[in-house]
Amino acid sequence: MNEQPILEVKNLKQYFKVSRRFTVKAVDGISFKIMPGQTYGLVGESGSGKSTTGRSIIRLYKPTEGEIIFNGKNISGNMSKDELKLLRTKMQMIFQDPMACLNPRRKVMDIIAEGLDIHHEYENEQDREKKVYEMLELVGLSKEHAHRYPHQFSGGQRQRIGIARAFIMHPQLIIADEAISALDVSIQAQVVNLMKKIQKKTNTAYLFIAHDLSMVKYISDHIGVLHLGHLVETGTTEEIFNNPIHPYTKSLLSAIPEPNPRVEKHRKSQTYDYESSGINYLEGTKHLVDGTHYVLATDEEFAQWTR
Amino acid sequence: MEKQRERILKIRDLNISFKTSGGTVKAVRGVNLDLYKGETIAIVGESGSGKSVTTKAIMGLLANNGQIDSGMIEYHWNDEYTNEPKTVDICQLSEKELQSEIRGRKIAMVFQDPMTSLNPTMTIGKQIMEPMIYHYKRTKKEAYEKALELLELVGITDAEKRMKNYPHQLSGGMRQRIVIAIALSCDPYVLICDEPTTALDVTIQAKILELIQDIQKKKELSVIYITHDLGVVAKVADYVNVMYAGKIVETGTIDEIFYDPRHPYTWGLLSSMPDLDTSDDELYTIPGTPPNLAQDIQGDAFAPRNEFALNIDLREDPPMFDVPGSKSHQVASWLMHPNAPKVEMPETLRKRLELMKKKGGVKDE
Repeated sequence: MNEQPILEVKNLKQYFKVSRRFTVKAVDGISFKIMPGQTYGLVGESGSGKSTTGRSIIRLYKPTEGEIIFNGKNISGNMSKDELKLLRTKMQMIFQDPMACLNPRRKVMDIIAEGLDIHHEYENEQDREKKVYEMLELVGLSKEHAHRYPHQFSGGQRQRIGIARAFIMHPQLIIADEAISALDVSIQAQVVNLMKKIQKKTNTAYLFIAHDLSMVKYISDHIGVLHLGHLVETGTTEEIFNNPIHPYTKSLLSAIPEPNPRVEKHRKSQTYDYESSGINYLEGTKHLVDGTHYVLATDEEFAQWTR
Repeated sequence: MEKQRERILKIRDLNISFKTSGGTVKAVRGVNLDLYKGETIAIVGESGSGKSVTTKAIMGLLANNGQIDSGMIEYHWNDEYTNEPKTVDICQLSEKELQSEIRGRKIAMVFQDPMTSLNPTMTIGKQIMEPMIYHYKRTKKEAYEKALELLELVGITDAEKRMKNYPHQLSGGMRQRIVIAIALSCDPYVLICDEPTTALDVTIQAKILELIQDIQKKKELSVIYITHDLGVVAKVADYVNVMYAGKIVETGTIDEIFYDPRHPYTWGLLSSMPDLDTSDDELYTIPGTPPNLAQDIQGDAFAPRNEFALNIDLREDPPMFDVPGSKSHQVASWLMHPNAPKVEMPETLRKRLELMKKKGGVKDE
């Protein structure tokens, strides 16, 4: 497999300067790759830097250090006009709260077509309409929906509109930031199925940010576990779930409630406390477990965990 | 011989409707519910199924346009001084009686989002002391000491320091612990948890649930969980009520619901849950959408989405049928009628349940 990765993040750092003396290191040197048509799931607790990573990649923030290579072009520094256009069209984002991210005063048609408007990607009014209708159909809504306002839709439908808006530019990478967390379980399943279906059709890559591990397992090909801005473990979904090495990953996995009462009643979740665990992420280096499975650890820690 | 169970809450044929500009919405349609001392029940269902409305009615917290059309919510307790058993119908109480007797004092509630349920302008110490001073006329000093105790009970270290903190200085998990401490401050008998962990991370979720379980054991609390997460239900509940379109469609012990579900809606819920063993290409989803409760529903509300629907489902609402051989398991589905054709649950679900039983060490009789 000699395919070019669609996105390569190398040693990305994102610091926020709060005051002269205090800097928040939200993301502290993480690296990963996403192949075309694949899904990379980023998991971690709140405050671990998952959303910041997503936002730095799409350049809502200016990265402090490191490289982001999208489609063979470095987009981490100042960008030329062409590069900016590439980024703004071929990388799209789906947000968490479908009500907050849709303009309540515009019709669905205009919301979805906004990308087209900005980049002048239609010939005439009919063409614009046709493209919007196509997208609505893709996400399982009908033509009539185009002339309504966001408040007339249910949560699941709104998220579909968000997905349609992201896909109208035919992106190569979609960053889904907790895209399903705000939805009901049964609706979550519908939206995830939809995203998988569209991925098969369009070969779009996803960066799927979430804290619900069972959904992440279901949708992702590769998983990265973030904690305190460090990527503590990364690998394919099977590698992470079948053979978790890092204690933080283990505690995350042990916390997922299983819908099986007899098992669940007797299980206690494992605790993991960074401060008392004696692990220092800054000293750790990337260790290869096998295949594409890496874990952040010092040599001694690695030997101890894999024993 | 079974232990004598002490009934605390008895809800019978509860009907609640809301008047809106779009007509009258029947949010709860004939709910029966029992809660016994020291036990945990869970109410499961999609959003809009009426689970929150039911519990809000128990607290007497319905919105202004909502009203209880019929039914009763009986609350039983032993008087603190004379120790005689007493009974009161919450539906009949005035707002004043509710506020001074029931809310907070007998029944307390933990809400979904700890940030919106705490007052951002008050220190948490003050917020924990407030209900005790209000309800029991405690002095400030007594209340302060009790508050410290409570903070330790909910697992907050450095309690004295934390009393002076404001909610925004704490993390989400900490805030939810504070909310629980406030709920426990007046020694209630019933704790209602409305999606207590939805706004929290998985790791913290497990901690909070374990905390509530611990406290429940210590204080012999009865707990009502409202949730849509079946994993949470499996962890905490003794009895499960599955709600759909304002009705309880299946009720039973946790084992009965998880290992031997009978209602097609419960089948759908269990199938659509991604567990860590699923490797199918597509997650199961229940087709269609929940019915609009502003319109009259003819027959079984679930019938249009039910692939196993019988003819009668479209005409008549099914009553609760007892599952043979069980005292607690009841199902509202015509499929349970003795004359109904025998319908088996979907093959994939059956396999999954078998796997679950094996893992859980449940033997088939």
